[in-house]
Amino acid sequence: MKKNDPLKNLLPFEKPLAELYAKLEEQKRVATQSKIDMSEEIRLMEKRIETTRKEIFSNLSPIQTVQVARHMQRPTTQDFIDNIFDSFIELHGDRNFADDPALITGIAKLAGRSVVVMGHQKGKNTKENIARNFGMANPEGYRKALRVMRIAERNEKPIIAFIDTPGAFCGIGAEERGQAEAIAKNLREMAELTVPFIAIVTGEGGSGGALGIGMGNKVLMLEYSIYSVISPEGCASILFRTATKANEAAIAMKITAKDLLGLGVIDEIIKEPIGGAHNDIITTANNLKSAIINNLEPLLSLSHRELIADRYNKFRKMGVFQES
Amino acid sequence: MSIHEWFKKKKSEKEGAYVRERLDIPGNLWIKCYKCSQALFAKELEDNFKVCPKCGYHFKLTHIERINQLTDPNSFKEINANVSSVNFLNFSDSKSYTKRIDEAINKSTIKDAIVTGTCKIGGKDVALGIMDFSFMGGSMGSVVGEKIARLIELAVEKKFPVIIFSSSGGARMQEGIMSLMQMAKTSAALGRLRENRLPYFSVLTDPTTGGTSASFAMLGDINIAEPGALICFAGPRVIEQTIRQKLPPGFQRSEYLMEHGMIDIVCERKELKNKLSTILRWFNEKE
Repeated sequence: MKKNDPLKNLLPFEKPLAELYAKLEEQKRVATQSKIDMSEEIRLMEKRIETTRKEIFSNLSPIQTVQVARHMQRPTTQDFIDNIFDSFIELHGDRNFADDPALITGIAKLAGRSVVVMGHQKGKNTKENIARNFGMANPEGYRKALRVMRIAERNEKPIIAFIDTPGAFCGIGAEERGQAEAIAKNLREMAELTVPFIAIVTGEGGSGGALGIGMGNKVLMLEYSIYSVISPEGCASILFRTATKANEAAIAMKITAKDLLGLGVIDEIIKEPIGGAHNDIITTANNLKSAIINNLEPLLSLSHRELIADRYNKFRKMGVFQES
Repeated sequence: MSIHEWFKKKKSEKEGAYVRERLDIPGNLWIKCYKCSQALFAKELEDNFKVCPKCGYHFKLTHIERINQLTDPNSFKEINANVSSVNFLNFSDSKSYTKRIDEAINKSTIKDAIVTGTCKIGGKDVALGIMDFSFMGGSMGSVVGEKIARLIELAVEKKFPVIIFSSSGGARMQEGIMSLMQMAKTSAALGRLRENRLPYFSVLTDPTTGGTSASFAMLGDINIAEPGALICFAGPRVIEQTIRQKLPPGFQRSEYLMEHGMIDIVCERKELKNKLSTILRWFNEKE
């Protein structure tokens, strides 16, 4: 298989596409071998592939959305930084224990404006993923994020956070160094930030590990990303008593961007190219960039007090209950 | 023994090791200690703050037992008692969430996993929250989050310190993302309390895990834990499955957390009222 082969990136539910791609290859092969003009057939087949893709993606089930959100080639925080911001300088370390490669932070320019950027960083192959701990941050990652948020605050710069993590890492060291405390503290401190803060779920929004950098004035989501309190597999194994019921759990928990917009947990869904962000990183990044700028603009005129109140009220009203 | 039998035996041994602690049934004269298996006279256990006199094991308390042990007589005034959960996601696993809520309410004297109110401890005013593990494992959903936020806002208004006793398995999955958002809500409220220069004391009891530990439970100006309580972000079994290593002895227990700098004080239950009174007096010198 060649590199950039579209077949390589296909997910299991995109099987109809695999067959069409095979036919297209066959047509091309015949065309070159027999030197017959088949450009019309090839054009039709390419069109058919596009319509089929459109059809498949117009109606993804929650568990299929999970697969897109976790796609190995899905653009990562670093991809978005490269394509949205200028002159990014990465900042390392929490000044206490270590630098966490699973969560990157830094300063950058967004359309000429100085901003602070951060996000979970996954890898695109096994080697990278091991180096990045699959985007699962340790306490030092969350503490680094807070340190950099403080830089933003002292210098009156907006904060942009990209969320893409299966969850905060659970290991002996993470527990010993206070994973719970690190996240809890971030939540309390984020609520009090005096600068505009925009968080975007770009892939997997995995529970506390996602929320740990996610308390924005605005919370946006890419179309095929997910955001949930526990992974569908985790929920299935606890409540449904078998991990194989992940499909049911994914439906029941309401984890897609559309569901979460309906629940008022997020503010906006950002369109992805047909076939998912991994099919066209540039278009995805452009959509993301304009969404960030549009959402940032009205926040820039708010005072410190208004920004805090805006964020407090946003999260204060979340929850559904009854009172008799 | 066939290989199948061997696996079966291993499995049953393993299951036996995880026998869950049941809440003791009222009316039982004798109670067996879950830790040392000592048979204890119920009255004697009651008089000893529900702590095993032999091994010091701290039995879980209901909110009523906690209020009786801790607050000055008749000082506790409950607030927001009628806030209750709704199955807004139409969530259903082996049972519907609606049914689970109803069953939990029928079994209990409360409408969700936390009781909040004002009280006096050692003569000092306090805004007090007590989680009750017997209500759906003390899980945090919209109601727990809302009642905590309202409690803290009341404390800001009345200039009371806040004490919250946590006992919780974490977020209530049946409420999906909304349970996660309660972490943000409670922590933000605590931020506001702090801005108003009012103290917050978190008392972590067995167990305090997941979304509860990763929000209000870990944010005390002073964190106090009962001895031997399981306090963690991810549970020991999850970690064992993830890293496939044996966990060190005492891992994620109160004493271990104090050693690692996460807890200020490990305090035995019978000392707790005294300790809290002393702390409250240090923070409020008036009178």
